[in-house]
Amino acid sequence: MITPNHKAPLTFAAIPADEGLHKALQKTRADLIAEVTASQLKGRGGAGFPTGVKWNLAAAAAGEQKFVVCNADEGEPGTFKDRVILSEHADLVFEGMTIGGYAIGAARGILYLRGEYTYLRDHLEGVLADRRKKGLLGQDVGGKSGFQFDIEIRMGSGAYVCGEETALIESLEGHRGEPRNRPPFPVDTGFLGNPTIVNNVETFAWVTAICVRGAEWFKGIGTPRSAGLKILSVSGDCRQPGIYEFPLGITIEKLLEACGGQGAKAVQIGGASGQCIPASEFHRAIAFEDVATGGSVIVFGPQRDMLAVARNFLEFFTEESCGQCVPCREGNPKLLEGVELLEHGRCSMRYLHELCALGETMQVASKCGLGQSAPNAFLSIVKHFKDELMGRTEAH
Amino acid sequence: MLVTENERLEHDIGVWIERFGKDRSGLIPVLQEIQRKYHRISEHAMQVVADRLGIHPVEVFSVVSFYSFLDHRPKGKFVIRLCRTISCDMAGKSRVAAQLRSDLGIQFGQTTPDGKFSLEWANCLGMCDQGPALLVNDQVYTRVTPAAVHEIIEACRRTFGVYALEAKHEEGHA
Repeated sequence: MITPNHKAPLTFAAIPADEGLHKALQKTRADLIAEVTASQLKGRGGAGFPTGVKWNLAAAAAGEQKFVVCNADEGEPGTFKDRVILSEHADLVFEGMTIGGYAIGAARGILYLRGEYTYLRDHLEGVLADRRKKGLLGQDVGGKSGFQFDIEIRMGSGAYVCGEETALIESLEGHRGEPRNRPPFPVDTGFLGNPTIVNNVETFAWVTAICVRGAEWFKGIGTPRSAGLKILSVSGDCRQPGIYEFPLGITIEKLLEACGGQGAKAVQIGGASGQCIPASEFHRAIAFEDVATGGSVIVFGPQRDMLAVARNFLEFFTEESCGQCVPCREGNPKLLEGVELLEHGRCSMRYLHELCALGETMQVASKCGLGQSAPNAFLSIVKHFKDELMGRTEAH
Repeated sequence: MLVTENERLEHDIGVWIERFGKDRSGLIPVLQEIQRKYHRISEHAMQVVADRLGIHPVEVFSVVSFYSFLDHRPKGKFVIRLCRTISCDMAGKSRVAAQLRSDLGIQFGQTTPDGKFSLEWANCLGMCDQGPALLVNDQVYTRVTPAAVHEIIEACRRTFGVYALEAKHEEGHA
């Protein structure tokens, strides 16, 4: 039984259906992209690339066919906001994709839904069928003659790395989900070699909201460098885990108050690929310029063993590494072995320093975002909880 | 006329390739359909798909071996995937795991001898606020307790064999 788990309705609930699309279709493509750029919306999947800039590049790229891809491969540990958005506000997501299609001149959209969310598929197909009936997909979308756009759903098959945009495209093309070198970026050479925008579920929904309420509204929320609202998925040791919506720039302290996680000893922001923030730094802000996140917030109560946390994350990455590049494929198991040494109290400080150097090498030498961020959790836990990790006896 | 399993498989693959297209981007949807219906992607299936798409079978194998939801080994009718990632771990997945092992009599990564159940680990299922979570095929169960494991398995068992007949019989009388 899945429960919604958010008390206040999201902003999305107040966005009227279809209005954003109609307003967007009245604009020229250039004006529409200018509006998205002016809103300062940055990608909500975690990387935080400015959406307007991405769309502008794809619109300017040469190519007969262009594609809009919605990344619903929400695999980051601790993230579930896209599941909630797709369950409750799928229309806004599809509307945002249609707006994106108009903006860059694409006729096809693809929603890449992770295999673990297969149970959402029938619901989403139903929403798409309704939109086709209403003339919001297909030929002359929304009454705009000559604008043709449709969306299909493609399923993932259980691979975390496919959340990385080039791996996602590889997967759509029928290959192993191994990330490509970037550049070239998907805006030039994306799906089947065509210009493609890949945006997160939440990003598309915000685009729709921005088209309804205007760029100024969105830009006026948050901090100067991190505009707008952000949906956070909160789990772990707190009284009310679930979905929260806050302006970017909210401090971790305030978030913990809201979810009943006071007294926590650390919070993992950004999932397995994010960083572990100790209680002494709870004054820090969730924003692109401070602690960035795709939405995952995991609270660790005072009783948690941080070494067990590090082990869980490293097991995750050891399993999910695609194996393509050496730093990630070999580095993660090596760090995991280090955790085992720590567990048995047999890791010298010198060796721990070597492991940290290995982690830093992985950050710079791995090919994709997965490998580059895999050691983050380990490094931040070692940095802040050395006392807790070192000198264990077997009985711990 | 007797239709062998292989002939049926070849026919199905033909239908799916028609639906998803003959180019390489149709490969994964076709493999997903094979996995769903046959609970495995056999070497024969890989060969047939490769022939129809005009690619080398090793290409197909490389894809099958990459994705955790695709497998060349036979899987059970019901694949139970327990989330082992951090939030479900903190919510008590280990005890649920122990109970699953006991009730099914198999280890993680194994399939019951009757071919009905496979037990596997999954990485983050996106149910972090209501863990421990598990999937039975496509269906999600959240806040699973060790005591609830039995009923989840029984719900599957009631769909086949003598128990399914019993359930039908009871329905008829109800």
